[in-house]
Amino acid sequence: MEPLFQFFNNLFPFISDWPEWLAHTVVGVVTVLLLFGFVALFALFAIWLERKISAHMQDRLGPMEVGGWHGWAQPIADAIKLLVKEDIIPAMADRTLFKLAPVIVFTAALAGFAVLPWSQDFIPADLNVGLLYILSVSSFAVIGLLMGGWASNNKWSLYGAMRAASQMISYEIPVALALLAVIMNAGTMSMRHLVIAQSGNILDWNVFNFFPLTAVAFFIYFVASLAEVNRTPFDLPEGESELVGGFHTEYSSMRFAFFFLGEYANMYIVSAIATTVFLGGWLAPFEALNFIPGPIWFVGKAMTLVFIQMWLRWTLPRLRVDQLMYTCWKVLTPFSFAIILLIGLWKVL
Amino acid sequence: MKKSNIPESQFELQVPESLKTEEMTISMGPQHPSTHGVLQVILKTDGEIINSAKPQIGYLHRCFEKHAENITWHQVIPFTDRLDYIASMNNNLGYVIGIERMMNLEVNERAEHLRVVVSELNRIASHLIALGTYGLDIGAFTPFLYVFRDREKILDLFEEISGARLLYNYIWVGGVAYDAPEGWREKVLEFCDYFEPKIKEYNDILTYNKIFIERTANVGVIPAEVGISYGVSGPSLRGSGVNFDLRKDDPYSIYDRFDFNVVVGKGEMGTVGDTWDRYWVRVDEMVESVKIIRQALENLPEGDAKETVPRNIKVPAGEYYMRTETPRGELGFYIISDGSKMPNRVKVRSPAFCNLSVLQAIAPGVMIADLVAIIGSLDIVLGEVDR
Repeated sequence: MEPLFQFFNNLFPFISDWPEWLAHTVVGVVTVLLLFGFVALFALFAIWLERKISAHMQDRLGPMEVGGWHGWAQPIADAIKLLVKEDIIPAMADRTLFKLAPVIVFTAALAGFAVLPWSQDFIPADLNVGLLYILSVSSFAVIGLLMGGWASNNKWSLYGAMRAASQMISYEIPVALALLAVIMNAGTMSMRHLVIAQSGNILDWNVFNFFPLTAVAFFIYFVASLAEVNRTPFDLPEGESELVGGFHTEYSSMRFAFFFLGEYANMYIVSAIATTVFLGGWLAPFEALNFIPGPIWFVGKAMTLVFIQMWLRWTLPRLRVDQLMYTCWKVLTPFSFAIILLIGLWKVL
Repeated sequence: MKKSNIPESQFELQVPESLKTEEMTISMGPQHPSTHGVLQVILKTDGEIINSAKPQIGYLHRCFEKHAENITWHQVIPFTDRLDYIASMNNNLGYVIGIERMMNLEVNERAEHLRVVVSELNRIASHLIALGTYGLDIGAFTPFLYVFRDREKILDLFEEISGARLLYNYIWVGGVAYDAPEGWREKVLEFCDYFEPKIKEYNDILTYNKIFIERTANVGVIPAEVGISYGVSGPSLRGSGVNFDLRKDDPYSIYDRFDFNVVVGKGEMGTVGDTWDRYWVRVDEMVESVKIIRQALENLPEGDAKETVPRNIKVPAGEYYMRTETPRGELGFYIISDGSKMPNRVKVRSPAFCNLSVLQAIAPGVMIADLVAIIGSLDIVLGEVDR
C-alpha cells in the first residue's frame, strides 16, 4: 500500500498528521469506494457501448430514446429495472449457495482491481506477486459459477456450470503460460515494475520485445482470456441457444445483475492485465505524448481491448465443447510452451 | 417437502462399490430458445453426449383438418396460411391448385405468373429466416439481423400486393386476390438487383466462417437412403445429394417454363448430407429463386389477374392428392370432395413433420450443441408440424 499512501499524501499533505491507523483506514476506504464506483460506471458504460456497437454492426440504431443523446441513459434505466424486479429463488434451490454465488463472482472480479496499476503512483496495492495474485483471485469466479449452477437445481444450469468449470480451469493454463513468457524476461511479478520495465517508446513495450515471440504470446493471452471471461466465441457456459441461459438461467433481478456486473468487470480486468503486461500500462507510446496523464493511457488501452472483445462477440459463432478443449490443450498450450522455450533459449544465448 | 436437492446430512450418502453413473433425462423445450417454436425434445444424455432424442409435438395443434371439414372451400385458404406461417404463399398455392385441378379450372396467364413470383419471393423470405435462425443456433447473432433487414423488403412487396405482411390469403381459386398494383413489377426487379449482392455478404459473415464450418460440417449427416425412408423432402433431402424438386419432377402452375437448377448437396465442406450441405442448399436456392422471378417478370402478360370465380363453389365429387414444393419440402394436400360446398376431408402431408421425424435416427451420439445445429438445419416450422 506504500505507493498508494504516498500518492494520497502528495495530494492531501494533511493526511500525514493523522494517526497511522486512521490515515490507512481512510485511504483504504476511499480507494475501495473509488474502484467500486469505477466498476459500476464502467459496467454501465460498457453495456451502453456494447449495445451501440452491436447495433451499428447489425444495421440498426440501438437505444436512442432514454436520456436524449444516443440513449446514453439506457443502462441506468436498465439498472433501475433490475433493482426493482422481483427476486425469484426456485423452490427446490439450495438457498444459501444460490444467494452466495453472485456475491462470490462479483467479489472475485472486484478483488482483481486491487493490483491494477493506473499510473506510476496510483496503484491500490503494489504486491510483489501482483500478477500471481490477480490470476488467483480471478479463478475464484469459477467457484461462484459452479455454486450458482448447482444451487439452481436446474439441469441446464448444471450443464452451464460444468462447462464453466472445465473451460475456465483449462484456459488458466495458456493464460498463465503466456504471461510467464514475459515475466521470465522482466524478472518481476509486480504489476508496477512490469510497466516500469517497459518505459521508453512504443518499441520497448513487451509486445514488441523478442519480436515476434511475445506478440504471439500476447495473442495467445488475448484468446485465452476471452475464454476466461466467457465471451464469444467461447461463451459456452451461458450459450443461449444451447443451454437457455447456462448457469444464470434461474437468476433474476439484482442477483442476475451481479453476474452481469462481474462479467463486465472481468472483461476490463483481463484487458487491463494485457495492457499492463504487454502494452506498456500507463506509458505513452511516444515521449512527445507524455503530457497526457497515465490513467488515460491505461484506461484507453484497456478500453481498446474491450472494444475488440465486443467486436468479436458480434462477429463470430460459438465453438463446441470438444473444439474448445482442443483449442486449449492442443493449440494454445503447446504454442505457449514453445514460446517460453524459445525466449529462454534467446536469453541464454 | 424437501427444501433442497442436497441430502440433509452427508452421512446419508451411500458410497457405492464402484462409482455408478446413469444417463440424465432433460426436457429440451417447449420453452427453449432454439427449438424454433414449441417443440419439446426429450433428451437422454450422458454428459454432453446425447443417447436418444425424442421429439414431442402437439403444443401448437389447431385442428386444421377438422376445421377444413366444416367451412367452405374458399374459407380454408386463410387456414392454410397458418400452417407454415413464414411461407404462406406456398401453402395457399398447393391447396388452390388442388381444387383447380379437381374443377378443371383454367387460370389466366398473368395470375399464373404472379403466383410464381410471390411463391418464389416467399421462398426467399423463408430461406432467409432459416439462414438467420441457423446462425443464431450456432451462436452468431449478427447474420440474423442482416437477413431480417432483407426479408423486410420482401414483406413490403407483399404488403403492397396483398395488404398483409405475414398471412397473405393471396392466392385464390381461379386467380389471385388482387392484381399487382402499378409499379410493383419494377419494385420486385429492383429488389432482385439489391438482393443478389447481399448473398455474398451472408457468405462472408456466416457460410465460410471457419468456426461455422467447424460446427456444421460432418455434423448430423443424413444418408440419402435414410432421408428417403423417413420421407424427408425439400432442401433437407437435397442436402443429402438427392435430386428431387417437385418444381422439376412434378411441375405445377407454370414452373415447367422456367430455366433453373436444382441445388443438391455435394459435401463441399465435409460429408454429403451434413448440416452445412443443408444450409448451403438454402443459400443457393435463393439464387435460383431470383432467376425464376426475373424470368416470370420478364414475360408478365398484361391484363387482370383478379379471380372471377364465385365465392360459393362446389367441387365435383372425387379425390385428389396435390403436392407442391414449399421451402420446407413436399407439401401435400389430399383433398376429398363429395360434391358439396365444403370439403369432405383435407389431409395435409406436412414436410416439416416428416423432416422432424428423422431427428430420432440421426441424433444419438451427437453433442447437445450439435443437436441444436441439426434441428436448425431441418428448418422446421411448428405451425406446420402440428397443424
